Amino acid sequence: MTDPGNFFVGAVLIIPALSAGLLAALPDDRLTARLNVLAALLTFLAATVLFFERPATGRYLIVDDLNVVFIVLSTFVGFTTSVFSGSYIAHELESGKLTPVYLRFYHAMYQTLMFGMNLALLSNNVGLMWVAIELATLTTVLMVGIYRTPAALEAAWKYFLLGSVGIALALFGTILVYLAAHSVVGEGLDAMAWNVLVKRAPEFDPALLNLAFLFLLLGYGTKVGLVPLHAWLPDAHAEGPTPISAVLSGLLLNVALFAVLRFKSIMSANPGAFAPGPLMVSLGLLSVVFAAFMLYRRHDIKRMFGYSSIEHMGIVTFAFGMGGPLANFAGLLHMTLHSLTKSAIFYCVGHISQVKGTQHMPDIRGLTVSHPALGWGLVFGVAAIAGLPPMGLFMTEFLIVTTTFARHPLLAIVLGLALLVAFGALLLRLNGLAFGDPDGGRAPAKASFAPVVAHFALVLVAGIWLPPALMAWFQHVAGLLR
Amino acid sequence: MDRLALDVAHLLAGGLVLVSFMLLYQDRMTGLVNNFALHALVVSLSVAWQAHIQHAPHLYITAAIALIVKAIVIPLALHRIIVQLGIHRTIETVVGIGQTMLAGIGLVALSIMVMLPITAKAGTLTQQDLAFALSVLLLGLLMMISRRNAVSQVIGFMSIENGLILAATGAKGMPLVVEISVAFSILIALIVIGVFLFRIRERFDTVDIHALHQYRGEQL
Repeated sequence: MTDPGNFFVGAVLIIPALSAGLLAALPDDRLTARLNVLAALLTFLAATVLFFERPATGRYLIVDDLNVVFIVLSTFVGFTTSVFSGSYIAHELESGKLTPVYLRFYHAMYQTLMFGMNLALLSNNVGLMWVAIELATLTTVLMVGIYRTPAALEAAWKYFLLGSVGIALALFGTILVYLAAHSVVGEGLDAMAWNVLVKRAPEFDPALLNLAFLFLLLGYGTKVGLVPLHAWLPDAHAEGPTPISAVLSGLLLNVALFAVLRFKSIMSANPGAFAPGPLMVSLGLLSVVFAAFMLYRRHDIKRMFGYSSIEHMGIVTFAFGMGGPLANFAGLLHMTLHSLTKSAIFYCVGHISQVKGTQHMPDIRGLTVSHPALGWGLVFGVAAIAGLPPMGLFMTEFLIVTTTFARHPLLAIVLGLALLVAFGALLLRLNGLAFGDPDGGRAPAKASFAPVVAHFALVLVAGIWLPPALMAWFQHVAGLLR
Repeated sequence: MDRLALDVAHLLAGGLVLVSFMLLYQDRMTGLVNNFALHALVVSLSVAWQAHIQHAPHLYITAAIALIVKAIVIPLALHRIIVQLGIHRTIETVVGIGQTMLAGIGLVALSIMVMLPITAKAGTLTQQDLAFALSVLLLGLLMMISRRNAVSQVIGFMSIENGLILAATGAKGMPLVVEISVAFSILIALIVIGVFLFRIRERFDTVDIHALHQYRGEQL
């Protein structure tokens, strides 16, 4: 390890892998929760170093301007979620919903999931990335089913079936990409490496690439939760442990979208292939419209925010599908802020459903009175996710709608209306949840507020004043995306 | 390439599609599992033949794994589960067998019409393998949606995996993915059999997925 960059890339992967094994072996639940936090913190620190120390591109791993954004975001949310998970899990143990054995399993799976996502983001090989995403999917399937209630099993089973079908389609697409590349690049590992694929893409057979992208978009799109393929998402969010809902929404959806973006850039580099943009725009728009209407008439609080994740991933996919520096910039920023906001909302929701003992929304009332900190946290989060100014998501949604308006006014009108519908649904629900006479449990929450505050502060700051260096960085990355 | 070598490869890949059809019309659990073992046997023969004609010895490992795990171990395990759970009765289907077969024929026609022109430049072997592989994949999907029983859905999924292995070996010289994807298919099978079936059994005394639907969230 002469190159310091290599060392830190190794650390980002090895820390979660090792701690997964360690956490599976340790019996003490308090210690393991702390170790989980420590491992996630170390991973995050190693990932931030990658901004400055970048290793040479290897045959299997790559760090470039695009994935460094994803990896830092992913490890950061992974870290804050582990902090939240510590206090959440303590309550689950007390109430007897989880036994210590399951807890060991839970922590080991948490770190395995981190490992899978980091590997997917860092891999320079389409095959390796596929394996990593599959690993992440399998671990989340197991975690969703961890409570073993009938509803949790139904959710895990649905997720497993849809997720594995998606993964199978994506593998077929990956094979087709290799087939397109191997006649140009030659057989072997090079024909699966990102950096080689993007460079040589103009020479590939366009017909093969077209078919491959179709499979990849449907396959990885299932994992993004795009609309005709979204059925697993609300159930998986509602029935699993809340830290997993936070990680699913905040990170795993992004990782799948990242895979789509990588393949999109190969498509765009080939002049003969069809433009991938319109497909992504239509899937994205469909997701936004569908999810906006589905937000009404929800009864389960986590399920509602699951639908909200579908909506926001739709917005991001739409923005990337529109393409161009401005839309890409807005899409990238929107994705980042959505991850931060949504995971923080799930932190609040997790504690809320614990103190109230239910996820059924009509039974939860007057949170700002009974639990001011949690209640106002939720109010802030929903205001941010609904796109109220001055939060960052308002700015990015505004940017996306305005750049669309300049190019395709009709699409912008549809998108804008759907955003308003979703906004109305969220505020309607929030009114019932947060205000009025308090209902249900009044026991004080043993919550960890640090992660919530950290996330919301970032979202607020991003909306008011985005530091110029960060702005320049995002613009630079957006320019690279094609 | 040798004409005979090509013909044998074609025969085996075509045979896989045929066995996929046989999976579709099974109406008894034991028959279904036996048919799946045949499916895995054909895929392992096909991969071994590819290893021979492509001079790619590492593919023999894939073939051996497919043979041992999918054609022997998993079917045996499934038989045990079926006996233990007492579910060797008729398989419940969502739509009739006849319609399913018709849909299957349509899917095969579709995949051949899509794949043959697109892969025209990739060589005869790859071209046919991919067309057949896509057929197997789509037939597996059809099986997953047309069956209600958890075991048949798992078998449908594993037949999709077999189709993917056929595609991966057909793409000449594809590195590492074959081994890894096989390792993963084992993992999936283990997880599915070990975790889900026993949990579902424990909770419901049935492996009929239909029983799960009454527990969908929201129907409060």
